[in-house]
Amino acid sequence: MLAIEMANVQKRYYRSHALRGISLQIEPGKIVGLLGPNGAGKSTLLKICAGLAHPTTGRVHVMGRDVSTATKGLTAFVPENDTFYSWMTARQAVAFESSMFSDMDVSDAMDLLRELKLDPDNKISSLSKGQRGRLKLALAMSRRAGLVLMDEPLAGIDPPSRAAILETIASRYRAGEQTIVISTHEVLESEKLFEDVVFLSDGQIVLSGYADELRAKRGKSLNEIFAEVC
Amino acid sequence: MQINFDESIPIYVQIMQGVMWDVAVGALAPGDKLLSVRDLARDAKTNPNTVQRAYMELERMGIVETQRGQGTFIKAGPGLAKEVRSEVTATAVRSFINEMRRLRYSNEEIVGLVSQGLDEASTADGDGQTAATDQTVADGLAPGQPTKDPDGGVH
Repeated sequence: MLAIEMANVQKRYYRSHALRGISLQIEPGKIVGLLGPNGAGKSTLLKICAGLAHPTTGRVHVMGRDVSTATKGLTAFVPENDTFYSWMTARQAVAFESSMFSDMDVSDAMDLLRELKLDPDNKISSLSKGQRGRLKLALAMSRRAGLVLMDEPLAGIDPPSRAAILETIASRYRAGEQTIVISTHEVLESEKLFEDVVFLSDGQIVLSGYADELRAKRGKSLNEIFAEVC
Repeated sequence: MQINFDESIPIYVQIMQGVMWDVAVGALAPGDKLLSVRDLARDAKTNPNTVQRAYMELERMGIVETQRGQGTFIKAGPGLAKEVRSEVTATAVRSFINEMRRLRYSNEEIVGLVSQGLDEASTADGDGQTAATDQTVADGLAPGQPTKDPDGGVH
């Protein structure tokens, strides 16, 4: 069963095309990089999979089913701009998330906060952008979600936080049972994390494949390939 | 194991080469345990599936063995280190020769350039102090074909 299957998906916002006919199959149990410049349609694609936007035309299946309340329960979506209540503490945010998602492991989340050097009793309003990015990640990675969709988890975040985020994804990823799709335009830092990659440009897929095979075939890094095709 | 990744080469290949290099120079001995897939993935900020693939390929080559629930170990066996060493050496030599061929040198010219390079290197060692030990190691291992690069970058 595929983690994500899209068939000829188009998304128009009034007269502008965000996605121009995307057909895509994402295999389960992989970390997939969704790579493209700003405005390529990465966020729209992830939001459609998360059930937060609806395609104008085309068909989307997530874990074998139409996108619905059921698939939303199995999907962790990490938006680029966080949606925390700023008066909450990190600990309260964990409790809040666990009240919304039954697959959340609270003790795992508290471990992750410590690992990511976040004080659970700090108010979210006092956190830096990097700390908020780490908190978002801790919440998403402590759910038993079969599909995790992360929209630009590195954008605008300080280098130490970026490194911590990449390390946490690499070590916490539940190989075999979890699929993670990460959208980013910062390929240089993140490219070693991806097993498969999908390059998106102007609402279309311009290249996709197995990352190490693309490196072998072209003798180039994903970052160099990105510059060529996007 | 310290791998300086070159992102234009498949990541799993570089992990394999990193392990083989360590075996070749004796930094990893038969029976030694490799980092767990998870720990290496974290250290290298890479995908656990990629590390797993490298370990599987090494197992297929008979260099490591996985013991259930215990981890992955360098295979015990006489001559393994020597075998891996000649494999790593052959790869380094091949890649050097390919590069020289791409620069359109003939065999005689390549041999000439190598012995000239070695002369210069030993003169430099005489003046300075650093690479002297590397030189003796390199001399000791490949008496016939002195093309081993003592700096030892992963090719």
